[in-house]
Amino acid sequence: MDFTVSAEQDELRQVVRAFLGRHSAEPQVRALMATDLGYDPAVWRRMGGELGLQGLAVPEKYGGSGFGPVELGVVFEEAGRALLCAPLLSSAGLAASVLLACDDEDVRADVLPRIARGWSVATVAVTGDGSWAPVGAAAPVAEARAGAWTVTGELTCVLDGLAADVVLLVARTPDGPGLFLVSPGAAGLGRVALPTMDQTRKQARLTLAGTPARLLAAGDAARQILGRALTAGAAYLAAEQAGAAAAATESAVGYAKLRVQYGRPIGSFQGVKHKCADMLVRVEAARSAAAAALWALAGGDDEEAAVAASVAQVVCSDALVRVACDSIQVHGGIGFTWEHPAHLYLKRAKSSELLLGTPSQHRELLAARLAPLTPAT
Amino acid sequence: MRVDFGAAVEPWRAEIRTWLAEHLVGEFARHLGVGGPTDAEAWELRLAWDRELAAGGWLGLTWPTEYGGRGLGLLEEVVFEYEYARARAPYRATTNGLDLLGPMLLAMGSSAQKQRFVPPILEVRELWGQGFSEPGAGSDLAAVSTRARLDGDEWVVDGQKVWTSFGTEADWLYVLARTDPESRRHRGLSMLLLPTGQPGVEVRPIRNLAGAGEFAEVFLAGARTGADLVVGGPGEGWRVAMGALSIERGATLLPQQLGFEREAEELVQLARERGALDDPMLRRRIVDAWISVRVMRTTNLRTVAELVAGRRPGAQAATSKLYASTHHQRLGHLAMEIAGPAAQVVAEDYGLDRRQRGFLLSLAETIYGGSSEIQRNLIGEQVLGLPRDPRPESPS
Repeated sequence: MDFTVSAEQDELRQVVRAFLGRHSAEPQVRALMATDLGYDPAVWRRMGGELGLQGLAVPEKYGGSGFGPVELGVVFEEAGRALLCAPLLSSAGLAASVLLACDDEDVRADVLPRIARGWSVATVAVTGDGSWAPVGAAAPVAEARAGAWTVTGELTCVLDGLAADVVLLVARTPDGPGLFLVSPGAAGLGRVALPTMDQTRKQARLTLAGTPARLLAAGDAARQILGRALTAGAAYLAAEQAGAAAAATESAVGYAKLRVQYGRPIGSFQGVKHKCADMLVRVEAARSAAAAALWALAGGDDEEAAVAASVAQVVCSDALVRVACDSIQVHGGIGFTWEHPAHLYLKRAKSSELLLGTPSQHRELLAARLAPLTPAT
Repeated sequence: MRVDFGAAVEPWRAEIRTWLAEHLVGEFARHLGVGGPTDAEAWELRLAWDRELAAGGWLGLTWPTEYGGRGLGLLEEVVFEYEYARARAPYRATTNGLDLLGPMLLAMGSSAQKQRFVPPILEVRELWGQGFSEPGAGSDLAAVSTRARLDGDEWVVDGQKVWTSFGTEADWLYVLARTDPESRRHRGLSMLLLPTGQPGVEVRPIRNLAGAGEFAEVFLAGARTGADLVVGGPGEGWRVAMGALSIERGATLLPQQLGFEREAEELVQLARERGALDDPMLRRRIVDAWISVRVMRTTNLRTVAELVAGRRPGAQAATSKLYASTHHQRLGHLAMEIAGPAAQVVAEDYGLDRRQRGFLLSLAETIYGGSSEIQRNLIGEQVLGLPRDPRPESPS
């Protein structure tokens, strides 16, 4: 694996940071928070069209630029810093990864270019109850009649479920889990916005009543596709968490330099200074864990990528939650207000922690893998 | 996880592996993984191993050829350290000269000093000890009170140094001393190179908490050394010492942290044998310990990648020591707990096994080389730019 940072990646980071500085500053974040869709379609199209961000990890033949997870990870890290309100994780992180992993060429050729160019919002509804374990008892049920599939059931905590015009979902079939594509206007599909604590990341509840769906994969093939997509999503989410943690730390440090008590900036007191130092230690651990997950994803070894993604989810979830809390603590009373942005990071931290497997679930996955672990070579 | 540094270094990697396989045999092979930065275990054997390495040309890989080094790049050295750790070769006994004094001389020493002192380091003919800390100057290094005055063409040094690792083995010391009697704090200090084999130098071992006499206190009473044996010139001692400490906090962490990976693997193996992974309370801590060494590895790789690319290392380099020392201590506590009641039974004469030794010696890691509290000050002030603590007397 190549873990050096290239000049291209540096340049990409600067471009994305400048763009988000203009289009995802705090007033814009707060405005989008208050909407049901939760993103700005014009900005989304520019991200895809002018900058090609959503297509960084999509091959050129599907309308992307053919870079890879490491480059897309740069975008996620910057999006996390800016608390970007956009369907980046659902579309470019999860849905694109599902499509890249499945072999339905018609669907790939149709949907991937739309995701890459920012024309579409796509999402993946993995479980009935929003938990990490795919295809639990709460998953919807799929039925085939004369070769045509319909799905019935409910899906909750679906990322960007209201904005999505491409819905990929998992339902139970006689052959195990099935991966299906549902179009937005399909019969029997109901969608309702789900109010969530973190208003910067929109979720929805989907109901399906005999809704026509296209089967993309079933059984082991579906499991493998979902496994890969969830691994990729976990790695991208980790990068986003690392970026948000860095921004929360910078905010706290900036305040500690300015806020004067007892005639000194509070950052000159070791009680505050050492807390800020510990925040940076956590941020850097998060950056390392996220980078390792992205490198592993780029390396193409499914097993190693899954391990690195779980490690990254543990480290980055813990880091962002802790750093977001510490930032509120350093800010004191002002950090506890609605007006100050510190709480936005805390709430993003919490939604991120719960979204693609909790830290406890990922620790359990790692523990299960430690049994056959062989020494490093 | 295999760390891939690219196809270009594969022949180099193969050369290292072949040499280690051919030479890490006999007594050396019976002492795999022995020793550590503050662990004098199997000292004579490790010195012999260092001489084996010297004969094979494996010391000073990045040092200039004119002083006996190989003149290679950082990448080659890093690959060597990875292979070295993978083979579990003994921890090098001569780290003081190799990791601290040597780089300090190469960066700030005179041409004559380099010619005189660097080759004996690489040939393992002269061992070095550090004379920085004093009873009244630990974290506050600028409070050193050891004094040196010129008497003809020699410095005459009086004072006391302490916590000198492997001091009883040292042929030479690099000593931070006040050469300007009127000076205070950081000014007026000089870095002197001082031979130990003279009447004015007395080295007494200090028994550490593991029961071993690994470090020493050094009494200097009219100790003498040449007027020219001052690194960077008189009055430059603070700058030279800070440079040396930044070396200590930087690249030398890599071999040690690679050793932690092995410890984490051993921990997991122990946990399997003892069924500890079935205990949900222990399981979480085992996973976290295992995660922490993976994080260390990636953090180091980020720094290595930046250095190889000729960049200034990012903020992660400043957090590396604090993170690693904290988590390594947790790993030590956990290993003791998983091993159970038998883990606390020691052999005759307070003989400690590897696990007991690793656990106890890890307590030094949050103290030496800049304590965790100093690390947090450095991160806060130098990386994050937070205001300094108001001090009774300002250094500048």
